[in-house]
Amino acid sequence: MERADLHGLAEAGACAVGAAAIEFHNVDLSYSGKPILAGLSLAVGKGEIVCVIGPSGCGKTTALRVAGGLIKPDSGSVKVGGKPVTGPRRDVAIVFQDYGKALLPWRTAAGNVSLALEAAGTPARQRKERIHALLEKVGLHGHADKYPTEMSGGMQQRLQIARCLAQEPSVLLMDEPFGALDAMTRQTLQDEMLSIAAETGATVFFVTHDLEEAIYLGDRVIGLLPNPGRIGTIAKVTLPRPRNQLETREMAEFLRLRRALFDFIGKAEG
Amino acid sequence: MNRAAKALAVPALLLVAAEIATRLSGTTSLAVAPPSSVAVALLAALGDGTMLAATRDTLACAFGGLFVGGAIGLVLGLLFGLVRPLDRLMELTVEAIRPIPSVALIPIGMLSLGFGYSFEIAIVAFACVWTMLIMTRAAIGGIEPRLLEVSRALRLSTLQRIFKIVIPAALPRIIVAFRLAAGFALVVAVTVEIAANPQGMGYGILIAQQSLSPQLMLAYLLWIGLVGYGLNVLLSLAQQRLLGRAAMGEVRQ
Repeated sequence: MERADLHGLAEAGACAVGAAAIEFHNVDLSYSGKPILAGLSLAVGKGEIVCVIGPSGCGKTTALRVAGGLIKPDSGSVKVGGKPVTGPRRDVAIVFQDYGKALLPWRTAAGNVSLALEAAGTPARQRKERIHALLEKVGLHGHADKYPTEMSGGMQQRLQIARCLAQEPSVLLMDEPFGALDAMTRQTLQDEMLSIAAETGATVFFVTHDLEEAIYLGDRVIGLLPNPGRIGTIAKVTLPRPRNQLETREMAEFLRLRRALFDFIGKAEG
Repeated sequence: MNRAAKALAVPALLLVAAEIATRLSGTTSLAVAPPSSVAVALLAALGDGTMLAATRDTLACAFGGLFVGGAIGLVLGLLFGLVRPLDRLMELTVEAIRPIPSVALIPIGMLSLGFGYSFEIAIVAFACVWTMLIMTRAAIGGIEPRLLEVSRALRLSTLQRIFKIVIPAALPRIIVAFRLAAGFALVVAVTVEIAANPQGMGYGILIAQQSLSPQLMLAYLLWIGLVGYGLNVLLSLAQQRLLGRAAMGEVRQ
């Protein structure tokens, strides 16, 4: 199915969509009395890349963690692939921002990828080949025997992505994955992420605080409002794919969206 | 002058001074002896095998107690660290028993187990349990929360989580705990021998004192120091080897 066809389905933001990969339905969540999410309803289409932005405290990371089954909502429901989320699942992978903490420092790159395969019960004989292929896919071939501390930030985040891909996920939840990287590395990884998503057909739920990153990557950009977290705006991104770091970012539509979202964030913070 | 020579200068000077002082004073003290006669006594005791037999007895009890107590402490520490409700349930009990000095258990141990290895091992084990327990529990509490979240996200089973995440992450601090416990083990073993148990280096030092032989007593003292030093060197070597292997992970199969 084409991505473009799904926009209509997913844009409704309701839960009635059959083809939705991720569905939030009236999700409420509060933490020690303070409401974090209030009545969040959102449907993400299969294969869609949805980027979530918003000022700090708007609950964007919380929404991601709810979708990942790491926290349970107080009320409302979350479905992934049509099935209710009751806890972390193998078909849902989470890429954390702090790659330095999320990788096992006592294991090599190969060992870190292996962890996901061991968890999935992949026989030891098949692991080596899979690990090799996965490291190759994220551009880490030849670094299999390096420890995370011997790698740059960009390489470590690639490694975490490889470990997530080892789960063969249908949904990738990414929590500000490139926020801590330098600008050049970030752009490279953005393009790699897009080609991996296109290749695997995975649905991507991408939380970021970088508006341009959200527009560049997304099929839709969801803007959340804080206190309590709720949807403030949904912007459809019609920029052509494959996207290009120079050309896409110079397009009039890109600049229009950038201005609109910038205004949104300004108001949301004010 | 190189570093080793510099470091040895002060002890050598002190030994010479002690030798001269004890020789000149001419008194037959019951507490001190000239270094030269201490050295002779040490060589003699090593030569006739008595000191080596005593060393064997003490180390057997120290290691026996270290392994028994260390294993119990490790398992309890892992359990308490992993199962928070259990930790809270046992907190008062642990904090009530822990402050009891291990050597205060000598009278009870003597009555219930009699003289010999098992008595001494039991006292040493009691001393080692707490260090391992408290430090293992703290090591698990100090594990990066993100790693535990990763283990949830990857859906590791409980056993996988313990063996692939928790233990490797806590291992460096567990090994430090083991080294500390090993130090206690030797101290407690010698103490038990001096206070009650008629075997080992502690008993050797006591007998030398009672038979008015300060040179042999000091020879034992010197030897215990050397054994303690050697033990520490061995353990720090073992720590490096173990941590090196821990860093490799289990994956290189």
